[in-house]
Amino acid sequence: MAMMSSRRSFFLGFMVGTCTLYFFLTQVPLNKNFFHKMNLPVTSKNKAVVENENLNWRVDGPALINLEHPHLKGEDSRVADDIYNKVRILCWVMTGPANLEKKARHVKATWSRHCNMVIFMSSTDDPNFPTIGLDTKEGRDQLYWKTIRAFHYLEQHHFNEADWFLKADDDTFIVVDNLRLVLANYTPDEPIYFGKRFRPFAKQGYMSGGAGYVLSKEALRRFVEGFRTNVCSHTSSVEDLALGQCMEKMGVLAGDSRDSLHRETFHPFVPESHLTGKFTKSFWYWNYCYYPVVEGPQCCSDLAVSFHYVSAELMYILEYYTYHLRAYGYQYRYNPGLPENYARLPAHKDTEQESGKNNSLDAHLEKTV
Amino acid sequence: MYSEGGSFMKGMLLGGIFCIVATLLSSFNFGHQQHTDHHNHHHVNAPSKEELLRLPEHKRIELSQNIRVYCVILVEPKELAYWAAVRETWSKHCDKAEFYSSEEVKVFESVSVETKDPWIMLRKALKHAFDNAKDHKWYFIARPTTFAIIENLKYLLLNKDPDQPFYLGHMVKSGDLEFIELSGGIVLSTEALKRLVGVLGDSSKCPEQGRMIWKLPEDKELAVCLKYTGVFAENAEDTEGKDIFNTKSVNTLINEAMAETPQEVAESCCSDVAVTFNGHSPNNMHVMMFGVYRLRPFGHKFHDSLVFLPPKDSDND
Repeated sequence: MAMMSSRRSFFLGFMVGTCTLYFFLTQVPLNKNFFHKMNLPVTSKNKAVVENENLNWRVDGPALINLEHPHLKGEDSRVADDIYNKVRILCWVMTGPANLEKKARHVKATWSRHCNMVIFMSSTDDPNFPTIGLDTKEGRDQLYWKTIRAFHYLEQHHFNEADWFLKADDDTFIVVDNLRLVLANYTPDEPIYFGKRFRPFAKQGYMSGGAGYVLSKEALRRFVEGFRTNVCSHTSSVEDLALGQCMEKMGVLAGDSRDSLHRETFHPFVPESHLTGKFTKSFWYWNYCYYPVVEGPQCCSDLAVSFHYVSAELMYILEYYTYHLRAYGYQYRYNPGLPENYARLPAHKDTEQESGKNNSLDAHLEKTV
Repeated sequence: MYSEGGSFMKGMLLGGIFCIVATLLSSFNFGHQQHTDHHNHHHVNAPSKEELLRLPEHKRIELSQNIRVYCVILVEPKELAYWAAVRETWSKHCDKAEFYSSEEVKVFESVSVETKDPWIMLRKALKHAFDNAKDHKWYFIARPTTFAIIENLKYLLLNKDPDQPFYLGHMVKSGDLEFIELSGGIVLSTEALKRLVGVLGDSSKCPEQGRMIWKLPEDKELAVCLKYTGVFAENAEDTEGKDIFNTKSVNTLINEAMAETPQEVAESCCSDVAVTFNGHSPNNMHVMMFGVYRLRPFGHKFHDSLVFLPPKDSDND
């Protein structure tokens, strides 16, 4: 009798033990991936990837100088390469220490690779990312201070290394190749700047900060000159309006960035809002836009330049849609050519780019074969 | 009494150890099996540039004009928003797009199959498509939650003979059965559909109520019937071996790539010539039309060996 009950309790204990552990194991996600990763040789892939990153950029202090304009598999990139040399864009991205890992990192991994040079501007230095510290505090009221200091920095250190100077937020997505098309009809010695044009508060309007705006070399020179002569000053913390008012005072023209069918290229919201959203009649947007608002598919140019309020996930999705996913063999409805003034632009092949290019020339040839 | 407690504890301990060992063993086995499965499945690739250039140009033009895809889209009235989105977006790129609904709906034109049973609905839709096909050689079956890029489908099928039995898409193995998941879209050649229609009337091989005691999902039932006629499922891949039929959305695939390959997310998440994605909202489908057919970087040209023209009466492509 005693033997029977002890065997029974052993059996009971066995069942209880199995069931408890089973539930415990299913609660904690100890899935096959965990074991799979244990078996893989760690970091060999990661190592190659870090080396890849160093091949793309030459790091010069906080500036990331593009060594190789990214090429797509199987493409004919002659036009893109030519315009890359003739319309040099320095991109600066307004960010902050709290957003480096959350947002700026994804900008670095996506669209900023298509700029000729990119600099991440923050309130404090970070040599690892890298970012420049503009010696401001963080917060919405610091936006114009950051902008003023950023442009002064660029005028001081990089004035002759680019033709155009683009400002973007760390949640702005820019298609830099399409920006080059917009700018290709102008020369950098013209006092002009482009972006999503808004109507109020300035006679010629001003450009939305979040949608990104780009200054010509001459416009940058005049901006800095304006502060030197006290024509411009820190009038408000509303960065885009204040800059627009300074531009107006310094005789810099607010350009029309729309495509040849008069469709907008810079956009202050995400693609879904512009393509499918119906803005209510009382929404501020209707009164702010300089040009007539178009809802639905014709809101946006095929060769769109920017979108705003872009999350990390959407950055990669837009990079995939722009540079990777396509309909094979599809003949696009809209096919603009290069503008007439493009022929006037000189090519820039400075020694930095030349030496960088030679190093990766073999790699480039291998890729295109 | 003491010995009872002791044996209980011993039992518990042994039970726990048994459970851990069993889990470890099963996950190693599972991982191993998945790995070999990946190499053993049948797959079909999109043609490479070399293969295409081997054909003379007039032949390529002839082929790209003669590939005609008949889209069979199975809808239910409760999915009106998706139905509307599909109507306004990708289905315009099918040579013929026919919507098969469980019942007639006033708002949209459709062929009513008068049944809510998914397997019977699929059977009736395919029979109707076959009878009305005329010169369409390829059939693409989808639900309205799927987004399809028909040009990339045509590119995949360009050098395949529709008089051979083809049954393609995102292939999944379930026990012994290899089948194409409906959510990623199903492609049938004329020959495959002909064989299926031939066996639909045979209730020993392909009955309406299914062959199992319990109901199988309609995509598995289809695979079973096709297997009887000698038609087997094949996974479709691009020239690099990436799946081109996806049962997940771009968002999901991008998120997975952000976790697995954070330095090359857009490069590695999905194929450049993907045919389908699944799970996008109706609004997202409009964004995808813009993303696929319009948004692109200036100055980058592809000298593709085929040309597909934009369809009439369409404003987001």
